Amino acid sequence: MQHFLTPEIMTCAFLIVGVVTAFLYGRGLATSRAQLTADSAGAHSLPSYHGYFSAWTVALLAIGVIALWVTFSGALPKFMFPTMMLGAIALGFIIINRLLTPTFRARNHVERFVGDALMICSGVAVLTTFGIVLSLVFESLRFFDQVPILDFLTGLNWSPQTALREDQIGQSGSFGAVPIFAGTFMITAVAIFIAGPIGLLIAVYLSEYANKRTRATVKPLVEILAGIPTIVYGFFALLTVGPAIRNFAEGFGLSVPTQSAIAAGSVMGVMIIPFISSLSDDVINAVPQTLRDGSLALGATKSETMTKVIFPAALPGIIGAFLLAVSRAIGETMIVVMAAGRAANLTGNPFEAVTTVTVQIVSLLTGDQEFDSAKTLAAFALGLVLFVFTLVLNVIALLIVRKYRERYE
Amino acid sequence: MSANAKTSIHQTDQALGRLAKRKAKENRFRYAGIAAVVIAMVMLGWLVVSLVGTGYTAFFQHYLTITVTLSESDLDPHGARDADQLRKANYRKIIQQALYSRFPDVTDRRGKRSLFHTVSASGATNQVRQMVYQDPDLVGRKITITVPTSDDVDQLLKGHIDRDAPEDLRKVSDQQIEWVDQMVASGDLTLEFNWRFFTSADSRDPELAGIAGAVVGSIMALGVAFMLSVPVGVGAAVYLEEFAPHNRLTDFIEININNLAAVPSIVFGLLGLAVFLNFFGLPRSAPLVGGMVLGLMTLPTIIIATRSALRAVSPSIIDGALSLGASHTQAVFHHKVPLAASGILTGSIIGMAQALGETAPLLMIGMVAFVTEIPTSVMEPASALPVQIFLWSDSAERAWAERTSAAIIVLLLVLITMNAIAIFLRSRLERRW
Amino acid sequence: MEAAQTNYIGSIGLKPSMGEVIEMMASAPATETTKTKFECRDVEVFYSDKRALHGINMDVPDSGVTALIGPSGCGKSTFLRVFNRMNDTIPNARVAGQILMDGQDIYSKDIDPVLLRARVGMVFQKPNPFPKSIYDNVAYGPRIHGLALRKNDLDNIVEKSLVRAGLWNEVKDRLKEPGTGLSGGQQQRLVIARAIAVSPEVILMDEPASALDPIATAKLEELIDELKEKYCILIVTHSMAQAARVSQKTAFFHLGDLVEYDDTQTIFTNPKDQRTQDYITGRTG
Repeated sequence: MQHFLTPEIMTCAFLIVGVVTAFLYGRGLATSRAQLTADSAGAHSLPSYHGYFSAWTVALLAIGVIALWVTFSGALPKFMFPTMMLGAIALGFIIINRLLTPTFRARNHVERFVGDALMICSGVAVLTTFGIVLSLVFESLRFFDQVPILDFLTGLNWSPQTALREDQIGQSGSFGAVPIFAGTFMITAVAIFIAGPIGLLIAVYLSEYANKRTRATVKPLVEILAGIPTIVYGFFALLTVGPAIRNFAEGFGLSVPTQSAIAAGSVMGVMIIPFISSLSDDVINAVPQTLRDGSLALGATKSETMTKVIFPAALPGIIGAFLLAVSRAIGETMIVVMAAGRAANLTGNPFEAVTTVTVQIVSLLTGDQEFDSAKTLAAFALGLVLFVFTLVLNVIALLIVRKYRERYE
Repeated sequence: MSANAKTSIHQTDQALGRLAKRKAKENRFRYAGIAAVVIAMVMLGWLVVSLVGTGYTAFFQHYLTITVTLSESDLDPHGARDADQLRKANYRKIIQQALYSRFPDVTDRRGKRSLFHTVSASGATNQVRQMVYQDPDLVGRKITITVPTSDDVDQLLKGHIDRDAPEDLRKVSDQQIEWVDQMVASGDLTLEFNWRFFTSADSRDPELAGIAGAVVGSIMALGVAFMLSVPVGVGAAVYLEEFAPHNRLTDFIEININNLAAVPSIVFGLLGLAVFLNFFGLPRSAPLVGGMVLGLMTLPTIIIATRSALRAVSPSIIDGALSLGASHTQAVFHHKVPLAASGILTGSIIGMAQALGETAPLLMIGMVAFVTEIPTSVMEPASALPVQIFLWSDSAERAWAERTSAAIIVLLLVLITMNAIAIFLRSRLERRW
Repeated sequence: MEAAQTNYIGSIGLKPSMGEVIEMMASAPATETTKTKFECRDVEVFYSDKRALHGINMDVPDSGVTALIGPSGCGKSTFLRVFNRMNDTIPNARVAGQILMDGQDIYSKDIDPVLLRARVGMVFQKPNPFPKSIYDNVAYGPRIHGLALRKNDLDNIVEKSLVRAGLWNEVKDRLKEPGTGLSGGQQQRLVIARAIAVSPEVILMDEPASALDPIATAKLEELIDELKEKYCILIVTHSMAQAARVSQKTAFFHLGDLVEYDDTQTIFTNPKDQRTQDYITGRTG
């Protein structure tokens, strides 16, 4: 039994019991005192607000004790803390007893606290961004101490193996990231090459040709493609598409590895079809109906109306949609990890294995590693490049799309 | 009349020729649209068919029923029934003897070894060890047990290994095929539902590997993510939508959230590695850290969904409550948030579904460990379902491909269920007021 | 007539008020219609199951302006869109009955709506120039229909159309500027030029002046008056004065029925139906 009665457990139990009884006590106290003085207007706040206020007071004091504990955990004997917790709770009850008169504005205090708590919640999102930026920048700066930033951004040779022995030649590895950027670019290009026309045509077909029922069935089906986890696409590329492309190429006497830019890129293209189709659908539908009518009334066919009137009018929005899709493709990880390969080839041939920023981050950070080695830090530098690049793409895309919306609103 | 019609420049022969060409172009355009839809559907169908086709066989597994003699001399020479001795005893020998006695004409060492390889070595020995350890009275008796076959035999019987291929090109020998066929003929080798796949953790042997550990890891991580992202996300959304003053700070927070939603998931993994693991020193591979990373990642999704749900509630509700003397906080929490609850819930489920399928950030914080135990707390090393899929996908053997696909089927079924619940809730709870 | 006259007494002096128009018309001989462009036989339009038009029978002459008037929701715009099959673009809309153009049923299987719309142009309520240059707006129709083989021909068509639409002098120096940058009245004339450029036989106008200020409206009406020499024009208008000013024939619609169809002069001076009388004297609508 003593096993369970550690000072930690006791402190926690006191805390919970204290907060709950404080709530009940505060509420009860307010009720009875309000009844005693129920002469004219009655109490300012409902009893439950007095309860919340009491609970919050006790909890605040208890948090103070826990903070003390964390700071002085080594300096004081452990049994002190449950005692201090009890003391804090008792202090809380004395304060409650003093404050809770029927005229006490408990509700205002509680509401101010709620407002502050909500503000802290939205602060978490900001904190996350700061966390991302700081950790990426900080670790990248350490990386650039070891490898000059220019070598990283313009070097043509990527082989981040670190030496087993101190005296080995080339022990620092070579960190020229151009082959990685080229590979990322190529896979993204393949993906957009596939998803762009297909997604756009789907959007056009659904908004201009399909009847209501077709639209209601096809649209969710296409959007399923966006809900499939990327790991599933990755395995699909590895298990089915890669071998299929290899066999197909063999039919022409070509030798294509199972892991290739074309396999990863085409599967990624399938994944981003719904991004392009639903974003384009939105912008096409935002083009006013009067333009469609105007063109059709001149005797234009639907396709002429589409290509000559609606498409030029919707072009900025469609460009925005493509940029968002590009940013999505660049940041995608699992498909390329499984289907693109890991060798940093600098090649223009999509039928070869290439590697991408995300693949390299994964392969640098999985497996045994020392945290301070250039190899590990390189992953953060790549992460920083990825973050900045996708951020810029998104900001541009959102600006374009917003401007476009304003035009037709 | 027709003479009159011919006066129009649109009805000359050239014009009608041009019109025919334009119609053909129009049809081509239309067919291109249909083709695009068909291509997308075919890809979806191909993906589902290829995964289900590869994976469904993993839900069944071949088992061999054999009779083993738990002789006292082998297991417990001193007769003490000492727990330590019973655990250490040579159960492998027990299984081998049972097999050799079934095929007494196998005498050479190579033949014996290849005969033993028809059953799952560690699966069978562990099973007998467990039985004896729990019931020491079994020592000295003969018992009949059902043990999993080796993955090669399982694949052979599932038809995934070609019997007609030359012997040196396939993983089972002619001799093994002969034994297996005899065991099948005698009714000792049967196909049964593979419960182990749902109750075991990972293993080096495909016939013993299951997803239970990964599922528990995923549930833990999702639980942590849920407890972090839903309260914080809803709180942030309520603040921004109902309380925040319109100033530069809140504009900044808005832009921030929109951009956070577009940050690649792997970057969240880097954040977890640098901050949670290296700065705060939390344990690697733990669902707690995984959950926190996933929670931060889904935070923008939940904030955006909650805000649009709040916006969909008519602002007149707030005015009505205020006119009755409610404070602003009361009006928001008593009226607006409950009315937006269905939207918030739907957004949360969709956010959690997204987190469930996410792999890359978990790789960054080391949730790729090979874990053979089902984790019992959020601080223990664990895997997660998508990470388990990633780990298994590395092995090229057919037995692993089968299990990888089966795990994907399970993952997709869970995701479909979650999305169906979200759609159901949305239609059910929408506009009751 | 007293009521109608007082209604329009406040209107600006640029255009003659309805009362003046009718006086002028009363002194002029009624326009002789020679040929029939459209014959409508029992035309009905359904939106889903709702019947918006109840069996309209009407002959439209191949020259002059025919006005369709009536209170909001009476089906006049729906009827106008029957003539170039624009109702085809509305999901669930269905047309029954026969509309013969030069004796040929435009709803028969072998009529292509694309060809029909090249012959029957349309101008909408709100000016809807494409977000292209003025030149490209006018050249759009001839380009898609392949009416000009050389750049020179196209330039000619554009100029002729803009001249005919009375816009040439205002825009000839800025043909490359976007059409959306013009004023409302100019945009509406640009749209008319765009329709003329296709060389239609008929021009449908759906309340073309409703979004325009009085001065632009006056210019537009002047234009319509010139165009009627060359084209058969059908115009929907909610302004009785406008109908009286520009049209030779007027059809009065009420709740999906064609109540009365006659020479404009007759409709406004001597309506046979009580509903028509109530409407033009301002008692209903």
